[in-house]
Formats: sequence, C-alpha cells, structure tokens
Amino acid sequence: MSQILDQFQSDTARTTADVPRRAFVRKALRGYEVKRDETKATFTDWQRARNAASAIKYEGVNHLDRYLQEFEEKFTARGGKVYWASNAAQAREYILGLARDRGVKSIVKSKAMTSEEIHLNAALEKEGYEVVESDLGEFIQQLKKEPPYHFVFPCMHLKRGEISALFEKELGTAPTDSPEELTQIARRFLRRQYLKADMGISGGNFIVADRGVISITENEGNARLTTAMPKIHVALIGIEKILPRMEDLALFLPMLATAGTGQHLTCYNSMYGGPRQPGEIDGPEEFHVVLLDNHRTRLLADPEQRDALHCIRCGACLNVCPIFKNIGGHAYGTTYQGPIGSVITPHFRGLQDWKHLSGASSLCGACTETCPVKIDIHHHLLRNRRNAAAQKPVWWERIVWFGYVQTMTRPWLLRIATKLAPFAQKLHPLVLGGVFDPVRAWTKSREFPEVAGESFHDWWKKRKAKKS
Amino acid sequence: MKGDREKVLARIREALVLSAPHHDEPVGVKATSSAPFRAWLPPVGEAIGEQVVLFARQSEVLKTEFLECADVAVAAAHLAKLAAENGWKRLAWHAGALNEGVVPHLSSVPGLELLKVGAGYDPDALEACDAGITECETLVAQTGSVMVSALSSGGRALSVLPHHHVVVARREQMVSDLAESYARVEKRYPGGLPSFLSFISGPSRTGDIERILVLGAHGPKKLTVLLLP
Repeated sequence: MSQILDQFQSDTARTTADVPRRAFVRKALRGYEVKRDETKATFTDWQRARNAASAIKYEGVNHLDRYLQEFEEKFTARGGKVYWASNAAQAREYILGLARDRGVKSIVKSKAMTSEEIHLNAALEKEGYEVVESDLGEFIQQLKKEPPYHFVFPCMHLKRGEISALFEKELGTAPTDSPEELTQIARRFLRRQYLKADMGISGGNFIVADRGVISITENEGNARLTTAMPKIHVALIGIEKILPRMEDLALFLPMLATAGTGQHLTCYNSMYGGPRQPGEIDGPEEFHVVLLDNHRTRLLADPEQRDALHCIRCGACLNVCPIFKNIGGHAYGTTYQGPIGSVITPHFRGLQDWKHLSGASSLCGACTETCPVKIDIHHHLLRNRRNAAAQKPVWWERIVWFGYVQTMTRPWLLRIATKLAPFAQKLHPLVLGGVFDPVRAWTKSREFPEVAGESFHDWWKKRKAKKS
Repeated sequence: MKGDREKVLARIREALVLSAPHHDEPVGVKATSSAPFRAWLPPVGEAIGEQVVLFARQSEVLKTEFLECADVAVAAAHLAKLAAENGWKRLAWHAGALNEGVVPHLSSVPGLELLKVGAGYDPDALEACDAGITECETLVAQTGSVMVSALSSGGRALSVLPHHHVVVARREQMVSDLAESYARVEKRYPGGLPSFLSFISGPSRTGDIERILVLGAHGPKKLTVLLLP
C-alpha cells in the first residue's frame, strides 16, 4: 500500500470522526448552496448560459496554442513580460530570479492556488524574503501554517474563537469573538504591507487572448492593492485559464460569482493589460505573467477528459459534494480539493499514487450537475478508475472479477452460488473482522446485510406456479 | 527571457492532434459573434430610466449608497454632509471634468484638506485620506457595478486605498450589462485600453470568517455613487 493512500485513509478516519467540525462545515456549505440557487434563479436561462460557457471554454482550450500566442503578442506589445514555465521548479526559479535581480525585500501576495501548487512561499522564504498572504482566509491559513481547506474559502473550517486565539498568539492582539474586529486586525496589519512591498504576486482567473489582459476576481480588494502599490507585479496563471475574447468575460464573471459564492458579481473584477502606461499616474513599472504548464498538457493530451481544463475554479462542486462534506478539505492531501481535484490530481501527480481519490466518490453526479461549465466530473472519476485498473491491474481484483464473470455468465453456477451463500454466511462470524474476512473493510463500521434465503428467480417461479 | 515557450507550445500542439468530443451541441459561439449569451443573463430593461431603477435596487443589495442628484450643487451638498457626518479630514481626488465641477465646492468645508492625486503622488498621504472621489467609465445596471479605469478614475489606487470611495457619474454613463460596458471602453480608447479596468460592485467585503459578511476587508468600507443628469 502506498504511503499516500495510507495517509489518506488515516486522515479520513480522523476527520470523519470529528462530528462537530463536520456539522459546522456542512452548515456553511449548505449556506453557499442556498445563496447560489437564489442567484441562479435570476438568470433568464441558466442552462443555456452554461452551454455557452462550456462552448467558449471548449473553443479556448482546443485552440490553446493559438490563443496563448495571441495573448502574448498583445500583452508584450504593451510592455508586459510573458514567461512560459514547463514545471513548478522553472516557475519558482523565474520568480526568485526576479526578486534577486530587482533587490526585492518584501513581497505581498493575493490569493493564487497556482502558488500553492508550486510551493512558492516556502521557496521565497527559504531565500530570506518576507512573504505575506493578503487574502483574509489565506492570511489566517499562513499564520496557522496550514494549506487552504477549500480553494475558494481557505479557512471555512475555522471558528472565530480559533481565529482569535491564532491572532492572539501570532500577532499579539486582544481576544475577540467579533468577525468584524478580526477582519480589522488583518486589515490594519496588511495595509502596511501593501505600501512597503516591492513585489506583488497574484494569480489570475482568466487570460483574455484578444485584448492581452488577465482578469482577477475577488471580494476584499487585496488583489487590487497587491497589483497597484508594489513596483513589480507577477501573475502566476495556469495555461488553461484562457478565454478567446474580452466580451466572454461578460458571461464568465457573473457565472463565476453565481456558482462560486452566490453573488451576482464579486466585489472587484479587474482586468490588467500591462504595467503602468504613458499618461497613467500609478501602477507597477513591471508586469510579468508566468504561464504555468506543470502537467496541464498531460491532461490536455487526453481528449476524453480534456474538458476538466475548462474548470474556472468556482468551487461549486466542493460545496455540493457528499465526500467533501464528510472528509473535509485537508484529507484530500491535494492542492485542489473536492471532485474536480480528484479528477485532475491523478493527471498532474501520477495516476497510481492518486487513484484512490476516484474511489472516494459516491458517483451521485451532484458535481457534474452544478458545474457552470458542464465538466463531466463524475464520469471522469470513473474513467480514472478504469484507466488505473487497465494500466496496473491488481492481481486479487483480477481473480475476483474472473470468478464473478464465470458465475454471472453461467446460470447453473449462479444458482448453486446463491443456494450456498446463506450457509457460507453462517460461517462468517468465525472470521469476522480478521485477516480472512473477505468483507472486513465493510464490517469495520457496518453490519453485513443478511443474504436472502431464496433467490429472486426461485421466488418468481413459485409465485407464477401459485397464480396458475 | 521567455522560458520554455517552444516546448510548452509543442506539447500543446501535440496534445491537440486528437480532437475532443463536444458534450453539447455548439450554441453558435463563433469567433465573430457578439456576446450571444446576453439574452440568458438576468434581464435588464432597455430604457435608461429602468436601468437607473435596477441600479438603485442592486445598490441596496450591495450596500452601496446611491443618490440621484438634480445638479452639481446637490451632489456637493451631499458630499459636505458626508464629510461632516463621517468626520473627514482629508479627501483625495483627481483631475476630470465632473470632479472639477463638484470638488471645488468642498473647499469651504471647515477642516477638510483636499489632496489632488497626479503623477508622483505620495502613497502614504493617499492612505491617510478618509475618502477618495473618482469618476468612472460606466455604471452597470444588471449588477449594480461601477466600471473604473486607470485613466478615468485617478489611477489604480485612488478608488481602493481611501476608506470611503465616492463615484460621480453622469446618467449617460449608465449601461445595461458588462458586455455593453466593454463595448463602451473599446470605443472610447481605440488606441488601446487603459492598463487597468475594474468592475466595482459595492464596498470591499469578506465572508471568510464563519460566512459572516464584513464590509471593508482591505478596500473601502463605504461606497457612494452620485448620479448627475
């Protein structure tokens, strides 16, 4: 058994046993779901809007080379710099190189899951740079030295008392149970950082090809400050975030907000088309966009699951997922949690090591149904299972399936088996829970259902005989 | 330095040799189409009057203070009232036709210092301002948003750094939705868009702690939109 699977099993056992935390998280997720449904209902036709969004992302992702080059051409014409990173190490090295070369001391960051993906903070801190996360949730998680719990709501699992205690310990502030005051503590602390930082690092929600801009969606204003005050702005973005046209944002911004947080539009949706231009009074002197591949092209090469790259990271599939509700965000052990994370992580980090995520699914399809860009999420989980089994079959599974097929294709054998099953079950208590118990994974926490004394086939025959 | 440009592009091209199936029938999104999806978003009336009503309703939801002003004097009087109520000591603004009409009226407010931001302004001085007054590109009825830009709104920081953001706009700047807003700025800047454009929808906010709405996360705690004829 692999170490990653071991970790997953022990983490999920622990988190599912924490019933109060589960109830707390479930209540918050339910709140997002209700709000989203309300806002969705204001659309004239949400389903057709979804179709349009899906088709636009299809167009972008399936002509990715063309649109990325168009973006690059337009963006560099206005003084921006584009760096293409094959992998995490290259992206880190480029940003570190910039920081060294420009004599940077202090760095302020707005939320970027790509930076979690490449472990950018650790790399920067190791070289002595001060790095401060400015999104409130990320700021809290950074102080807690914990990765985000949910890629849209990083600290949704924490109660205000825990946050107050954390601030007290790390910032020396007085305890409070008011979210308002806690927010103000972070606000006061971070205001100084925007003004003193030499470099601002952001992510990006969309790369717009035809106007050479990137678009950033947020509520707090921290990304706007991160990209307004420091003299260097670096945006680290996955290559799949492409949109062909600026006007596509007129659909995607409302859909991202609706699906993500249930808002009509998040508070700030900003489009950045370069560093400060002649005639403008402020803005960074330099603007670098780092286009990150880091195995995204591996997923692109799988036409069956390519649409997983349409994802706009709204987090809606996490909010409705029964698995996420029960095991929570940290147990996944991935940068991207929830159903979409379970689909893409095996492509990014190895199918065999991460195939268990496709097993941790009820295949209820709630994720697929809620996805604003119509990614076929739950079928992709099945496809990952199939691909993993085909790539590296498990010997005992093969034996079991062989036996199953033999039995199911021979009615006489099936009849014998169903006749014998009740007797076999009588012997079950002898091995229950032990290494010889074939269903011990099941009986660990549940009772095995009793096998019927009579098969359906026999029952039906008897019933017919009675009638005639 | 462009990094692995050729390698990444080569991998993309190789990956795209096999084409992916459409899950849905195409919905007429062609390279030349002009936002065919607009009809499926939340409805907006055609007439400016209806749009102003919708903007006002959205403002209420977003906790934006929205006021229709009959003339510049009414707007200036409201600003003077805000200054007195909130105890403004310093007010930042930028050059612009609408601003020049309104802001000078405030020089008579006792104890209110005016800071006009221009190239080379001091960020610390701006941060110390209680309020910032800006113009905008458009007002968006559908979402109750204000579109600001680096050129129309005094740069990037003026509309986000001071604690209270006041927008002055004209009725003709009202548009129905985001698509129309983009069309407006494209028309206004044929030589290239400002390096920064943003849709602002209400005062800065967060729900990161227990999903409880807190206004004034990092940006302004208050947003006021004054609509002039």
